[in-house]
Amino acid sequence: MSHEDSHKDHAKEHQHSHGHPHPQQPDSEDEPYSHEQVMATALEELLSDKGLIAAGDMSSALDYWASKTPADGARLVARCWTDPAFAQRVGENVNAAAAELDMDIGTTPVVAITNTPDLHNVLVCTLCSCYPIGLLGESPGWYKSRAYRSRVVSEPRVVLAEFGTQISDETEVRVHDSTADLRYIVIPMRPEGTEELSEGELAEIVTRDCMIGTALAKGLEE
Amino acid sequence: MSRFKKGDTVHVRTDYPQGHARAPYFTRGHQGHIEQITGPYPNAEELAYGRRGAQEPLYRVRFRQQALWPSYQGSPHDTLVADLYEHWLNPGDRS
Repeated sequence: MSHEDSHKDHAKEHQHSHGHPHPQQPDSEDEPYSHEQVMATALEELLSDKGLIAAGDMSSALDYWASKTPADGARLVARCWTDPAFAQRVGENVNAAAAELDMDIGTTPVVAITNTPDLHNVLVCTLCSCYPIGLLGESPGWYKSRAYRSRVVSEPRVVLAEFGTQISDETEVRVHDSTADLRYIVIPMRPEGTEELSEGELAEIVTRDCMIGTALAKGLEE
Repeated sequence: MSRFKKGDTVHVRTDYPQGHARAPYFTRGHQGHIEQITGPYPNAEELAYGRRGAQEPLYRVRFRQQALWPSYQGSPHDTLVADLYEHWLNPGDRS
């Protein structure tokens, strides 16, 4: 069948002679453009017209950021758990230590904060949504929500409990408000009973939320 | 050269300027301790308006949660660390 025939057949199917209407599928362009969408499009066109960005630069940048996942952060944490010297280098310079593992986490300085039995750390950006995308990928929607950003600073233990994370009153809960030029990653505590696991297996139990601090790392059996 | 050193008590300016301000509202007027000195970084409040932004130290300042929130319900050990540019900080009272 030629392409034209196929097209005709397709058109015939849509003549709607079979007695019921087909509702149109909702589309993102049904609503008028918002002010923000108009401004973003205008900015992109202006940058393109002035030759500051080439066609495709925007989509390749989006592809680059979309390629980042929490797997890199998990690999870094697993190496910290199995190699104390590496953990020390992470404490001094996360970007350089990540490069040792062939990770490109960008140039924004990342600070590692390590959980201990006496200290539990949790991350937020109250002023916007700063997040270590290079290590953890795009941030979850709740991280950017007004509810999380306003509540985790003023009632962190209540918010942690809603994530199913209970922290003893003897342990200090420390909230890190990442509002400027630094990004953070929480190095969770290695769960008990994981002594036999390989580095690769350890990386699998390190979830995104334990590197934000809203969860604790749990062993495989739990 | 940074004005403060690790462990210094600092006071966040009680100031509510118009425009782009990068000191969380709830830290203003409160005292904390310098946890770490980082930077220098260009002042992001200037960058936001397309200006060059003077280089200044950025401090990680630690506050007691009970000091920030009078009705804080968590443990008295709990703290919060915020990143603050030097121009937001004054020397605090010794305590």
